[in-house]
Amino acid sequence: MSSRDQILAAVKQHQPEASVLPSLEGLSGNMPGTLEAYRKVLEGLGGSLFEIKDESEIPALLAEHYPHLQRIIRVGDEQRAWINEDPHLLEDVDMAVVPGQWGVAENGAIWLTEAEIPVRVLPFICQHLAIVLPAGRLLPTMHEAYEKIGAPQTGFGVFIAGPSKTADIEQSLVLGAHGAKSLVVFITAG
Amino acid sequence: MNRQTADHATLADKFNEDEPRVDWHDQTLWWVRAKRDKMAWSIPEWEQLRETASAIKLNALGNLHDYLVQFEQQAIQNGAIVHWAADAEEHNQIVTGILKKHGVRHLVKSKSMLTEECHLNPHLMANGIEVIDTDLGERIVQLAKEPPSHIVLPCIHKKKEEIGELFHEHLGTPAGNADPQFLTAAARQHLRKEFLQAKAAITGVNFAVAETGEMVVCTNEGNADMGAHLADVHIACMGIEKIIPQRKHLGVFLRLLARSATGQPITTYSSHFRQPRPGQELHIVLVDNGRSRQLGREDFRNSLKCIRCGACMNTCPVYRRSGGHSYHTAVAGPIGAILAPNLDMKDYADLPFASTLCGSCSNVCPVKIDIHQQLYKWRQVLVKEGYTTAAKTASMKAMSGVLSTPAVYRTAGKMGRWVMRAFPGMVNNRLNPWYKQREMPAPPKQSFSQWYEKNKKS
Repeated sequence: MSSRDQILAAVKQHQPEASVLPSLEGLSGNMPGTLEAYRKVLEGLGGSLFEIKDESEIPALLAEHYPHLQRIIRVGDEQRAWINEDPHLLEDVDMAVVPGQWGVAENGAIWLTEAEIPVRVLPFICQHLAIVLPAGRLLPTMHEAYEKIGAPQTGFGVFIAGPSKTADIEQSLVLGAHGAKSLVVFITAG
Repeated sequence: MNRQTADHATLADKFNEDEPRVDWHDQTLWWVRAKRDKMAWSIPEWEQLRETASAIKLNALGNLHDYLVQFEQQAIQNGAIVHWAADAEEHNQIVTGILKKHGVRHLVKSKSMLTEECHLNPHLMANGIEVIDTDLGERIVQLAKEPPSHIVLPCIHKKKEEIGELFHEHLGTPAGNADPQFLTAAARQHLRKEFLQAKAAITGVNFAVAETGEMVVCTNEGNADMGAHLADVHIACMGIEKIIPQRKHLGVFLRLLARSATGQPITTYSSHFRQPRPGQELHIVLVDNGRSRQLGREDFRNSLKCIRCGACMNTCPVYRRSGGHSYHTAVAGPIGAILAPNLDMKDYADLPFASTLCGSCSNVCPVKIDIHQQLYKWRQVLVKEGYTTAAKTASMKAMSGVLSTPAVYRTAGKMGRWVMRAFPGMVNNRLNPWYKQREMPAPPKQSFSQWYEKNKKS
């Protein structure tokens, strides 16, 4: 008997009587899905937030707050050569500006997928990350987020909440472990 | 990373030789526990969430056979290659086989307690394959040639000065620099090089969804993603109990996991791996290694609900003062003490006794595992099966005789109180473990029964 069959047989023999799945109703409570609630949590995670009218304001804001950026990749830009490059070459990207699908107020997380970001490693390998999210896409909790996301449409998706961080050295919080050292969220009107 | 042979009490004694360090360890973990409380209390539905998570896991265990088959089907459809390993050895062979097939001699690994449980690193080294742990805490203990002492905070037992020294020796940072910010930046540079060179990446799995065949991996550092998205081969290793039924259930677990673990609202990255990226190979290794056996132990099967948050360790008065290494097993603390005897009753017979049974672990567990009750039940199993020391078995038997015969109990109590008054030296000496680090209490003049007889109102 293969290990597979052996494991499955043992599991079948030993598993307890099947119980029904619980309902997920009411778990969200009265958590607010507002921009203010989202901003508070995001800033607590070390991220920053700008409310803008539309994406055209982004270059000026980046120039003001990140004056030393050399290589910037903006997903949706006309320059698309990077998509076909070896992903390892994205190592020198200083700032990636990527679109988010949904934001979650209770924990600051934003859902991104490879439908919008064709190179998976981009939001991790860049030194700094900016996510653009329309204001109408903020939700109170993870339950609403999974409801909206629904069945998977892509091979990879990720919730990102704040910049990369670690507290492994004596529980001292340090931003910028392996992923982006900082995160800025641009909330567009609409 | 040799298997230690000394028992918990001996190893805890060693840890306790440095009292200021024990106090520091204790306080650091309690601080993490306090952060967890703050997060839990900020969510009015917290208890309902725990209840729901526990019920989802119970459903998963009750349908595990079907969910595993469904997960496998979905994963294959997604383009993954699925392997099954009955035990640690088979797991290690499968992983080594994949790496050899691709000629990989150098790879990166993100945190996976399963690979610790299987002792994968020494196995790979013996096969001439270099593995770099990329979680900062894990990299630190790897450089120190130690196993992790905590499942979420692998080097919680290390002082920053010791880490500074390790980095000076291995990464060439200036001697004497122990600044966490500086050391983290040095590790970032060092590990970026590793990510960029590695042809294969191993990750653990936090949750595997039967419905979709996807796996969710949670990190704060981004190391799982840096590894998996750059390597040609991604190997995800998971215990069979990581299965959850549906995607929407992730909402419940992701709300609980990081809040329970470190008091964060969620980890920075919650990555959903479903398909390999074009040109990449995705392998999933499903490991039993005793889990199907634990599933059959009615009193202990709930331990398989564990989502590895570490809350039970942070709150445990014994763990905080004895250190993770005293448990001499990959998963330390209260949960480790109920998982390990399933793997080997003889080697881990000491662990269920490394507890005060205070129940704090059960109170903070996000999936409501009855941890302290299982510890108590393991003790009975281990004594009955003859895995405890002769002295412990004899004293338990004597105690049981005394407690089950009221007349003997009364006489023994009277004698005990008299001895403590007449010959305090009989109990206030080094042979009595209860006397260590504390004075014995003054013996009461009468027993509770005598007091009750005198004071009861008819």
